[in-house]
Amino acid sequence: MSGLVITNLEVNHGAIRAVRNLSFTVESGQLAAVIGANGAGKTTLLRALSGLKHVHAGNATWHETSIINKKPENLVRSGIVHVSDGKAVIPELSVKENLALSGIWRKDKKDVARATTEVLDLFPILAARLSQSADSLSGGERQMLAIGRALIARPSLLLLDEPSLGLAPLIIEQIFSAINSLRHTYDLTVLLVEQNATSALQIADIGIIINLGELVTVGPSHSLLNDPALRAAYLGY
Amino acid sequence: MERFINTILIGISGGSIYGLMALALVLVWRSTRVVNFAQAGQAILSTYIGYVVISHTNNYWLAFPVAVISGALIGALVDILLIRIMVKRAHQGPVAAIAPVIATLGLLGLIRAVVGLIWGGDLRQFKLPVTNHGFTFGHTTIPFAPINLLIVVITFLVMLIFALIFQRTNLGLALRASAYQPEIARLSGIRVDLTRTIGWAFAGSAGAIAGILVTPTNYLAPNSLDLLLVSGFVAAVIGGLESLVGAAVGGLILGIGLAFVLEYVSSSLAFPAAFMVLIAVLLVKPAGLIGSKRSRNA
Repeated sequence: MSGLVITNLEVNHGAIRAVRNLSFTVESGQLAAVIGANGAGKTTLLRALSGLKHVHAGNATWHETSIINKKPENLVRSGIVHVSDGKAVIPELSVKENLALSGIWRKDKKDVARATTEVLDLFPILAARLSQSADSLSGGERQMLAIGRALIARPSLLLLDEPSLGLAPLIIEQIFSAINSLRHTYDLTVLLVEQNATSALQIADIGIIINLGELVTVGPSHSLLNDPALRAAYLGY
Repeated sequence: MERFINTILIGISGGSIYGLMALALVLVWRSTRVVNFAQAGQAILSTYIGYVVISHTNNYWLAFPVAVISGALIGALVDILLIRIMVKRAHQGPVAAIAPVIATLGLLGLIRAVVGLIWGGDLRQFKLPVTNHGFTFGHTTIPFAPINLLIVVITFLVMLIFALIFQRTNLGLALRASAYQPEIARLSGIRVDLTRTIGWAFAGSAGAIAGILVTPTNYLAPNSLDLLLVSGFVAAVIGGLESLVGAAVGGLILGIGLAFVLEYVSSSLAFPAAFMVLIAVLLVKPAGLIGSKRSRNA
């Protein structure tokens, strides 16, 4: 029944235990925002869920199947797709090649073509830049390309690491509205890691607030947004 | 004028071999960030395997594909049995970058010793696929021979095939993505470890082609490709270490340059000249004459 179930997760980042005894559940189809300051362990959590980091203890399951300590490429192939931070595109490749990456291992080539068309409809700016190198894209366009590439893998669980990082407010709004619309279109479960708490909570169903690797609270995002104590402590206003 | 053109032709033939060796080194450097000293060993082992085929069948054109396939398998095995494990075990700290390189140096010595144990250290003649007597025009015979033409043509075809694979196929896209940004490639669902092994196999086959093309013009011995390794490095560095085109162009620049030194200055200066070119390029333009602007870490 449940989508993503995380129980007593412990993950190291270097010599530091960056995620401690973390447990929460994201129901299938929900958008969950993981909120916390720099160094709270948000990125480490995502990297553990996508197989990039070794999980020390605890478990994480997606539709009852454990996903910890698996190869990232196998997790992608089973629908768990991580868009890492830093506008995860390969600058040396063209926009078209960047998009093609997550289609080359898929068997259903017709669906790859269909997914690519859908991505270009969602982000028309990419269609105009297909043959350019990804290096020539702006920060917002790179984020669109990274999300677009993830969609071509036909994910069921999308892990987004700070999609708003370093972007102008207008572009952030565009990206968040795209995330909000595509998750309904594709019936995605989304785990969205953000420092930009307000924007993230506005499109999220639930918010998960972590601090120094530990869970502070988890709850419906509107109640988190309206909790004065939390707002002061973690949302910064 | 005739002497000038002859020198260029001989330079192109020599440079082709350097370019192939440089290609083998660049393919490994791009995919794994390892400077592969063992390439000379892998190539000599492949060439000896080709030699065994020739001594049984007297057929160069049977030995050629056998050597190329052996080269690919040896390359894949080196990656799977040595490099992949080393990169995983020594992935942090100052040893991370140097340990695999030193390991390839050790492997070079090991392969040469094994080759010496099996086939002995004596110099062997290698069957020529075509004649090494220069082409004749009227009454003049030029130094450029059918064997040189064969070297140039095969090198061109090999480069063309690699360029097509890299630019036009999904495998090529996976190879490039894994070389540039392995983490993003993984997160796009690409089997980066397998892709890297294929890169090592391609490199091994390129080195084997260099070995089996150059050996008939020279002789075969356990260390007969060592100087080629040096020339390959020089060519690869001239080309910026990153690009396949750079390897080819670097090979040609070095080949033609050395041919001119040999012809116009002194035949004893060829190899000092190669090292001088290497040091000069590194001093003046460390990223290579046609290297990429970006320096990469992964």
